[in-house]
Amino acid sequence: MSEPLLEARGLDISYRHRRGHDDRIVRDVSFTIELGEVLALVGESGSGKTTVARAVAGLVRADGELLFGAERTRLGMRRPHAVRRRIQMVFQDPRSSLNPRMTVAQILAEAWRTHPDAAPAGDRRRASIDVLERVGLTEAVLDRRPRSLSGGQCQRVSIARAVALRPQLLVCDEAVSALDVSVQAQILRLLVDLKRNEGIAMLFITHDLGVVRQIADRVAVMEKGALVEQGETDALFRAPQHPYTQTLLASALDLAEVAGPGRDATPENQDGKPQT
Amino acid sequence: MTTTIPLPVQDPRPWRRSLAGVSGRLGGALAVLPLIVVGIYVLVAIVGPMLIAYDPVATNLAERLRPPGSVLADGSTAILGTDGTGRDVFAQVVYGARTSMIIGAATVVICAAFGMLVGLAAGYWGGAVDIVLSRVIDVLIAFPGIVLAIVVAGLFERGLLVVIVALSLSGWVSFARLTRASTLSIKERDWVAAARVMGVSTISIQARHIAPFLVAPVAALLALEFGLIVLGEAGLSFLGIGLPPSTVSWGQTIAAGKEYLSTAWWISAFPGMALALLVIMVGLLGDQLNSRYQRGGAR
Amino acid sequence: MTDGATPPVLTIRDLDVVLDGPEPVRILDGVRLDVRAGRTTALIGESGSGKSVLGSTVIGLLPDGMRAEGHLEFAGEQLLGLSERRRASFRGSRIAMIFQDPLAALNPSQRVGRQVGEVLRRRGVRGERLRGAVLSLLERVGIPRPAERARAFPHQLSGGLRQRAVIAMALSGEPELIIADEPTTALDVTVQKRILDLLAELQRESGVSMLFISHDLRVVSHIADDLVVLYAGRVAEIGPAREVLRVPLHPYTRALAASVPSVHAASAIAEPIPGSAASPANRPSGCAFHPRCPLAQEICRAAVPELSEIEPGRFSACHFAEQLRGVPAAIPTEEAR
Repeated sequence: MSEPLLEARGLDISYRHRRGHDDRIVRDVSFTIELGEVLALVGESGSGKTTVARAVAGLVRADGELLFGAERTRLGMRRPHAVRRRIQMVFQDPRSSLNPRMTVAQILAEAWRTHPDAAPAGDRRRASIDVLERVGLTEAVLDRRPRSLSGGQCQRVSIARAVALRPQLLVCDEAVSALDVSVQAQILRLLVDLKRNEGIAMLFITHDLGVVRQIADRVAVMEKGALVEQGETDALFRAPQHPYTQTLLASALDLAEVAGPGRDATPENQDGKPQT
Repeated sequence: MTTTIPLPVQDPRPWRRSLAGVSGRLGGALAVLPLIVVGIYVLVAIVGPMLIAYDPVATNLAERLRPPGSVLADGSTAILGTDGTGRDVFAQVVYGARTSMIIGAATVVICAAFGMLVGLAAGYWGGAVDIVLSRVIDVLIAFPGIVLAIVVAGLFERGLLVVIVALSLSGWVSFARLTRASTLSIKERDWVAAARVMGVSTISIQARHIAPFLVAPVAALLALEFGLIVLGEAGLSFLGIGLPPSTVSWGQTIAAGKEYLSTAWWISAFPGMALALLVIMVGLLGDQLNSRYQRGGAR
Repeated sequence: MTDGATPPVLTIRDLDVVLDGPEPVRILDGVRLDVRAGRTTALIGESGSGKSVLGSTVIGLLPDGMRAEGHLEFAGEQLLGLSERRRASFRGSRIAMIFQDPLAALNPSQRVGRQVGEVLRRRGVRGERLRGAVLSLLERVGIPRPAERARAFPHQLSGGLRQRAVIAMALSGEPELIIADEPTTALDVTVQKRILDLLAELQRESGVSMLFISHDLRVVSHIADDLVVLYAGRVAEIGPAREVLRVPLHPYTRALAASVPSVHAASAIAEPIPGSAASPANRPSGCAFHPRCPLAQEICRAAVPELSEIEPGRFSACHFAEQLRGVPAAIPTEEAR
């Protein structure tokens, strides 16, 4: 078995207060992500999951070890430029993650300018269109600005910017939470396709267990800064071990419960399979 | 969830609504008024002195203190009268406009440029850089700018450059403070974070992802500061420091008319009105730019 | 919805809300909705559906520039023709509202207890009686150590407690109708379920009727008796919640239900519907949903479908609603990924 793509060992992240004392936001968190695998990081507010994501992306300083790639490069806020190319990020708010003054073409061009080794050889415009098609957009959006695009389109552009650099790891911070349900499904489908077709691994931050089920191979559950349980998605959902995971799963609402009789009766799946 | 219809945001209190944004309420044609007036001033400043001959040193004691509209011995009309030494007041107003415009424009550009650099540095890098720069800004803001200008102008030989420097010394701080605040908030936007994750260079981030969004708030401040600087220059000239007597300035003309306020009121009144009108119109312009920036959104 | 046993507390027919301007936009178009006494009607829609505007219309807090026209009847009274003063008298006492963000709904500079007691104070309740009433309200919504919490400021409470306080405020006037606009969206998952259970329990106890506005079908399926599906300002489907979700009679409802990410199965993303939700400003001709609809035909582009009663109590605005009868929804079941 080869080395994992990303290994986090004993991550500790604190917020430094002016008065000298620190808030430990993330405590002793360890996990791995294999090549081409999607790891979901779930938790509620204050769990520290977003902070972990930002540390992996290089936006926040972390103590402990973050090792990346076969070379086991140490990741800090300063990291080798070549490594930066291989880890990209998609944010929650589709509009805010695109510079409102730049056209889609300019956004892609900037990505390639920053990493010439990932830039296409021939016709830039043609290459831009190819990238857009990979994320389900057409040439029509190339010269448009974010203001004239829908939320779903903006998120696709964000994803395009990320995959244009052929990254190995995509950090998705609540990447579908701000989208309409129907668009959410489209974007999730896109991400699953990217994982299958291009082998991109993902660190997927979310609070929505339903979304986790759609996309994640493995899940790690965080509570108040600590990682309380992790495992394969199916296994963890069927038989959660940690009390917090159990509470989380019990609180997760699902449509399937409605398929049975009245609101006050015990819910049962249409097929008669027992619910969690 | 994003709403696709922009809902009009209004203060529910009707009385408040009618007070706010006075210049915003100037409907239709009237809304362009400040821009037109300021434009006229600019035109006069550029073209005026080319059309009207005026020698500040040449006195004409035979024609002193003539009221507005008087016909002089040589047949010309003193439209706004003459002053204590017989010099034409109208010409002084026109030449004074040029002086005010030049000093105002030059100073405000210097203040904006320097202030934005300082503000951007303090806001972007934070830490020690921010602490030092912020303390400097705090000290200068607390210090009354006009006093500093007076001291500096008084220290050196009179000249155009001295006045510009004196007024710039405290004029840049408001730009720095505004830019710093704007930078701090723009820095937190996701597109800046995305650029950082990608590894875009710091210079590129500042130039492409932060600076363009500083223009809107600064533009509004530019207009307001211009008015204050013109006023400041007039003040210095009124006190008789800064500009040499050979340079015409509204402040000087007003000062020269001080002793004649009850008899030859026109000497101080007309340059005073010109000054007041310019400052008000520039202020309204700044107000309009400000509300455009607020409404257009801090995107 | 025409169940004779429980008459509706709120009846809406042909409601239009128009945004004035150089090109007026019809944000709500011919909306029909009923809230039965003691029951919860859920209004579900994505962005551009106009669901929040509907809530604002009922409570009478439409922003300037928007006009409401049509039949809006509450407990026998026509609300739209009333004076502002008269409408204001309903607010807080007969119709109460719970908003999405409790931090925004609460005054940060006033103690929680004082805010919860505001409606009562306006009615003249004072002193010890007021204190007692506030404490019992806080207890009723499940806030532990109510005396302590009453003295706290909003920012000192957790999100869940804040929302409970907002619910207490809404209940204080003993309203007949509560409008809840995305009350659990800003809350954590574990808290969300508890708040929903609280709302259901309070309804059972007091018999208050509820109009529950949401974008999340999962939340709605947990609390709704009746369901109204809104798309681009028009009603797509109406019916008892259970039945609508089991056998949707409108392609949009079907697609929505199929898109919901299910905790128990992995096929919600199998066939996502293309495009994004239409907005009232750019409503497609004919049926607003036709560009995204798998059943679309020429008639869908040409003619706006009427909201008709397909089965007793079940309405659908689709030219092909009849064909959908008896076809169960594709609710995701266990499947290999």
